[in-house]
Amino acid sequence: MTVVERREIALVDLLDRLLAGGVVVTGDITLRIADVDLVRIDLNALISSVNEQVPSPWGELT
Amino acid sequence: MTALRYVYAVCRPFRSALQAQLAGVAGAPPKQLTHHGLVAVVSTVPEADFAEEPLRAHLEDLDWLTATARAHQQVIDALTAVTTPLPLRLATVFRDDSGVRSMMEAREEDFRRVLDRLEGRVEWGVKVYAEPESAERETADPAATGRAGAEALSGRDYLRRRRTQTRAREDMWQKVAAFAGRLHEKLSAFAEDSRLHAPQNAALSGASGQNVLNAAYLVPRADSEEFVELVDREKDDAPGIRVELTGPWAAYSFTAEFAEEEPEVGP
Repeated sequence: MTVVERREIALVDLLDRLLAGGVVVTGDITLRIADVDLVRIDLNALISSVNEQVPSPWGELT
Repeated sequence: MTALRYVYAVCRPFRSALQAQLAGVAGAPPKQLTHHGLVAVVSTVPEADFAEEPLRAHLEDLDWLTATARAHQQVIDALTAVTTPLPLRLATVFRDDSGVRSMMEAREEDFRRVLDRLEGRVEWGVKVYAEPESAERETADPAATGRAGAEALSGRDYLRRRRTQTRAREDMWQKVAAFAGRLHEKLSAFAEDSRLHAPQNAALSGASGQNVLNAAYLVPRADSEEFVELVDREKDDAPGIRVELTGPWAAYSFTAEFAEEEPEVGP
């Protein structure tokens, strides 16, 4: 096994945080990101991270 | 044309200046807007791009989303160097400064509470990947996979081999899942808090293997080095498992105490 430390931030890692994380406040023009079909094609899979409560693949741990 | 206000983060007042070259999401430099002892970091953005309709359209555009997300992250990163920012979600936009002020006033208590909670902490991302191909390559018996062997194979042998391969793959998955579970347990015990993100889609990340753990850990900045060493120490020498570490990030994944205004999610 190898531990890789990435210098360049991968877009998916960034979007995990910017679209599913961060404080949600009601802005004058805040879109509910979940309502937007962020780039329909592949991004749907990614955006599923907006749906909280991600089930863990090996059962409950926390 | 009217300019709107894009808000990146809320933080406590900080002394050091932000880097002079720093540009926000639409190119304008981020500025500080102080209200009741809290600072909102904002930049002006054109209404033509950030009003509801154009913004909705832009968010469908991967290139635009990428550029915006990177610019947003750059500002948060610069803030992380001088203070502990409370990052807001991508694309939080107000009509004018007074809109930003009223939002800060309405959420003042929450901001202070979460800022206190996050003070001096950073987030580390840890991902575990299963790489069945690399494991199979290392464990495969060259004689069994050779061409001559394949030609002489009877139907029964073929099925037996298929079963063995399937079983090996299942064992491998169990091993990776168990490893990821143990790693997550250890890291969670060290960290102050943890969050699980959905595993990443390989088609999007371009990463090899299947992502089985995609977690974020909240760690005091002072303990970060120890955390990184812990991740390194927990590595398993088994083939077919890869661990990736990212960070330090601003505590994006740990702002959920603001649950009151989370968008409702559901089918």
